[in-house]
Amino acid sequence: MAAASILLVAALVVYELVSRSSPTFDAFGFAFLAGRRWDPVSEVYGALPFIWGTFYTSVLALLLALPVSLGVAVFLTELAPRWLKGPIGFLIELLAAIPSLVYGLWGLFVLAPIMQATVQPFLAKYDYLPFFTGYPLGLGIMTASVIVAIMIIPTISSISRDVMYTVPETQREGGLALGMTRWEVVSKVVIPYSRSGILGSVILGFGRALGETMAVTMVIGNTPKISLSLFEPGYTISSVLANEFAEAVGKLHVSALIELGLILFVISIIMNSMAKLLLWRMNRYSAGTRL
Amino acid sequence: MKKLLLMVVALLMFAVPAFAGVALNGAGATFPYPLYSKWFYSYEKETGVKINYQSIGSGGGIAQVKAGTVDFGASDAPLKGEDLRAAGLFQFPMVAGVVAVVYNLPGVANGLKLSSQNMASIYLGRIKKWSDPAIAKDNPGVKLPDMPVIVAHRSDGSGTTNIFTWYLSDVSADWKARVGSGTAVDWPAGIGGKGNEGVAGIVRQTRGAIGYVELAYAKQNKIPYAMVGNRDGNFVNPSDDTCKAAAANAFIPDDFYVKFTNSSGENSYPIAGFTFLIVHKNIKDHAKGEAFMKFIDWAYKNGDKDASSLDYVPLPDKLKKKVKAALAREVSY
Repeated sequence: MAAASILLVAALVVYELVSRSSPTFDAFGFAFLAGRRWDPVSEVYGALPFIWGTFYTSVLALLLALPVSLGVAVFLTELAPRWLKGPIGFLIELLAAIPSLVYGLWGLFVLAPIMQATVQPFLAKYDYLPFFTGYPLGLGIMTASVIVAIMIIPTISSISRDVMYTVPETQREGGLALGMTRWEVVSKVVIPYSRSGILGSVILGFGRALGETMAVTMVIGNTPKISLSLFEPGYTISSVLANEFAEAVGKLHVSALIELGLILFVISIIMNSMAKLLLWRMNRYSAGTRL
Repeated sequence: MKKLLLMVVALLMFAVPAFAGVALNGAGATFPYPLYSKWFYSYEKETGVKINYQSIGSGGGIAQVKAGTVDFGASDAPLKGEDLRAAGLFQFPMVAGVVAVVYNLPGVANGLKLSSQNMASIYLGRIKKWSDPAIAKDNPGVKLPDMPVIVAHRSDGSGTTNIFTWYLSDVSADWKARVGSGTAVDWPAGIGGKGNEGVAGIVRQTRGAIGYVELAYAKQNKIPYAMVGNRDGNFVNPSDDTCKAAAANAFIPDDFYVKFTNSSGENSYPIAGFTFLIVHKNIKDHAKGEAFMKFIDWAYKNGDKDASSLDYVPLPDKLKKKVKAALAREVSY
């Protein structure tokens, strides 16, 4: 019965999202997904800047978080002395316990000024790359991605660590017996063996990054812009919902925001399904062919 | 154990009627929330009437009072006449707020003079550097740094934005055509901060930034604010007196759709506005209607001190009289 109630709630959520976004759907149709203007005064709405912002910050956050998280996980399972494993593991989990708003405040008052004063001017020298054009503001896509990366590191690293623990010692010893170095054991035995678990943690982290609201809202600059540059401000779906929903007057405004929520919902479902498909295919191949 | 539980429940049920009295529910704007919560607290201490207020935003307040789920709504932007008539509502101003233009320019202290034209050009993204001759012209003797102008605005829907964009629409036909006014607009330039705190934070942290916040935020955070050029050509500081001067000259129509941005008067501050309360014209619950009217009387008579201490500007007496007469005439309960 509990399972049925969850399905019922999910169905209700979908129903509400679809029905309340119908005014904008009638007004704009699928062009809403490609529209670039968000103008509550003339009631013209388009979702593209938000979809871009959500994906760009999440992908960047993942690119930053993945090496660090895997590094942490490998360190904790393979290299750390036993007395260190506990405290470091605990500190990493503590990162996950910090509220999103606190991250946002820290980003706004500590990280953004550092970015503006030192990191971004340094990177601005490479402005022949499209990622570093524009004026260093401190606030923007770069700071938002860094903060989201810090927030998803605990997720990815703790699940990866648990999965790496389950790698049988026989596998590791087999690798060592064949003459592998410790690094080769990690990269050629442990990580491939825990592939599906690590991928699962990446999907979870990515899902969290997609939906992260308060921390992103405070540092991303809240400007519906599409740009590759990391210095530019941007806007994510969850940020615009958090910002504009309370005061939205005008039926089209509210339903445009709800349609954005629906888009985020659909994106999450697609991501999760893709992940499931990928996992299924990986397990199918590796079933008979370990290492 | 069960007996004890039953006894506790029975006791509670007897306790509740002892405290039963009229309670009012309101919802809406976030801007006046600090003042309203202070007023409601003092009022409850004095009279025992409890008023609940949820600061869910002006849009929420308007929707809830239309739906009848709250007794009164609060909105920073007034409703137009036809909206009021269609929904059978009555609105009136409660208190005024002043919008200060804050900036962060190393080496430039309080009191940078910004004319209305320059303000519009900055927010349209046309003036890109602080050393622009248009700004230098109004500020002889001030060493303006050669930094890019970083415009900050509100990312959330807000009454402060409404007042500010009304002002920009009044002083710049270009702005009115391109952007317009409202609680949320499509800003041509700049980055958005969430809430007055967000904009104040951006301006404090970012050198070369300019933004608009409620005067209270500028004063409490000690951020330098500009002297704005008014309609008569004078540069005026945002304050209680300059706001009152602006409100004094405002035209008050019967439906109280009042706008006094860019008001005439040599001492008027051009960026200020009222915040409104909205009720049904026909309040069904007589006790609630009576309680509401008594609260408005009390607030108009005794609320000025609290308002000033929190950097809001109380209404001029003439306006209060007009509102009370209109309330007596239009609202029945």
